[in-house]
Amino acid sequence: MTSTDPAIVAEGLRKRYGDNHALDGLDLTVPRGIVYGLLGPNGAGKTTAVRSLATLLRFDSGSARVAGYDVVRDAGEVRARIGLTGQYAAVDETLSGRQNLVMFGRLYHLGARAARQRAEELLERFALTDAADRSAGAYSGGMRRRLDLAASLVLAPEVLFLDEPTTGLDPRSRNGVWEAVRALVEGGTTVLLTTQYLEEADQLAARISVIDAGRAVAEGTPDQLKAAIGGDRIEVVVRDAEQLAVAAAVVGRAASAQPEVDRDTRRVSAPVADRMAALTAVVGELQRAGIDAEDVGLRRPTLDEAFLQLTGHRPAETTDTADTEESAA
Amino acid sequence: MSATLTAPPSAVPPAPARTTLARLRWAAADGWVMTRRYMAHVVRAPEEVIIYFTLPIMMVLVFGYVFGSGMAVPDGGSYREFLLPGVFVMTMIYGLGATATAVAFDVDRGVIDRFRSMPVARSALVVGRSTADLMRALLEMATLIVCGLLVGWQWREGVGGAVAAIALILLLRFAITWIGIYLGLIVKNADLVGVIVFPAAFPLTALSNVFVAPDLMPDWMGAVAQWNPLSSTVAAARDLFGNPGLGGDSWIVEHSLLMAVIWPLVLLAIFVPLSVRRYQRLSR
Repeated sequence: MTSTDPAIVAEGLRKRYGDNHALDGLDLTVPRGIVYGLLGPNGAGKTTAVRSLATLLRFDSGSARVAGYDVVRDAGEVRARIGLTGQYAAVDETLSGRQNLVMFGRLYHLGARAARQRAEELLERFALTDAADRSAGAYSGGMRRRLDLAASLVLAPEVLFLDEPTTGLDPRSRNGVWEAVRALVEGGTTVLLTTQYLEEADQLAARISVIDAGRAVAEGTPDQLKAAIGGDRIEVVVRDAEQLAVAAAVVGRAASAQPEVDRDTRRVSAPVADRMAALTAVVGELQRAGIDAEDVGLRRPTLDEAFLQLTGHRPAETTDTADTEESAA
Repeated sequence: MSATLTAPPSAVPPAPARTTLARLRWAAADGWVMTRRYMAHVVRAPEEVIIYFTLPIMMVLVFGYVFGSGMAVPDGGSYREFLLPGVFVMTMIYGLGATATAVAFDVDRGVIDRFRSMPVARSALVVGRSTADLMRALLEMATLIVCGLLVGWQWREGVGGAVAAIALILLLRFAITWIGIYLGLIVKNADLVGVIVFPAAFPLTALSNVFVAPDLMPDWMGAVAQWNPLSSTVAAARDLFGNPGLGGDSWIVEHSLLMAVIWPLVLLAIFVPLSVRRYQRLSR
């Protein structure tokens, strides 16, 4: 692979489970040496995409190259160059942490001594030395995820797939994973990271692809996407639902797009370009208009709102079943 | 710190195998790593093996001493001596549960996904499991033989006969292992597999010549029992150990030695390809 080749190229990937199109013509180009975020809700097809690219799942049509090799024709070459850490720790739960890492080293055909040495390095790096001789099944969630990540790094892969690596982790463990990912990329590894969290993609990824219903709906740097989504949002909750219309008008004047009104929660929200100016203006106008606000605040857009902006619809609830099917596959 | 992650001087793998011979050697190495993995399970979690040994020992005691007091062997001779080769084989059948559960557990927990995303030979997992089970079976046989000797069982046809009998029993076990691997791959649920296997294995052992002569059963049931692959192995083992047997003049009984070789080979011919195909189809 020359340095100008992308680390991952996928063209028109399709995968169908019955009537459910888990992948519906996914295109993806991931440049080398960066963290690339694959952002989408449950059931958007993120896991199916990762499993296809990691040679675990045969897709119905389309083509993909990873680290310069075709994932179908040269699956063996691809496997020698990738690492994979999924949502569920894929380690042997009966073996100890050390035994796991030595075993994976041996399966990569490292010599006995090299495998042991590599295991020690990784145990130390991921702060697992003290727990090295305990069964992995007895590890806490965070420890198991670290062991899983360590197992993916036995060979310092060219391309590392991280499928929702921080789901279910406490903030401290999550920061540890983020730190490891940054260090890896500094060393030249390309990381494809899937996440449901805008913040995580924002923190780590140099480029992001937003996927919905098995297709990429937006692609760019985090700044480009945030500009497209509309950046921060202002949110006003009124005490009296009768005042919603007036509040919406006030918010609308300060916002960069049409406000959304939710009657049930008496909430008006809209994207804003300049957060402080908008906040000041809205608070002042609400007072002058005599509107009794229960809460006024600025917040980041939720993924749902990002979706609404990018796709014109909210992530469909029904696609949730796709994830169940993906994990069963 | 990043050096530890990305530039391990120790972690330089050899180039993937390209020739057939190199590929075979690669696959053998992977299979052996996987064998050692399953053997390490026995060391790290011996409870399962201990529980699993109690059953045949109980069978020896219950059938040998409780029911055995009221049982007569057609040839004359001790019922316990008649029973032991049957218990050896029965223990092998119960190995089915352990195999299927372990394989289902692997599929269930995603560790197979990691193996499959690595440059590991596709055959490694199933080859490793069957090899480890064979080694485990050797251990079990040794334990059972000691138990047997303690209750008065013995081999009477010399060491050669005994070794041949044990080899036939292990051959059957090897075939059973592949049924277990297949079950584990299709059920994919470790808890469920255990529940399925026992009710299936018990009638399979009872409906044979392990405990009583098929001649004493209703005609159709006796025929099923005689044609049960277990019966051939048990009859052949009794013969080779020089233990009292049942005799009989049907074709299947007269050819038990031959069938003790053929039955396991037939099972292997069915379940090895099925398992390998099933393992490859995990990528659907």
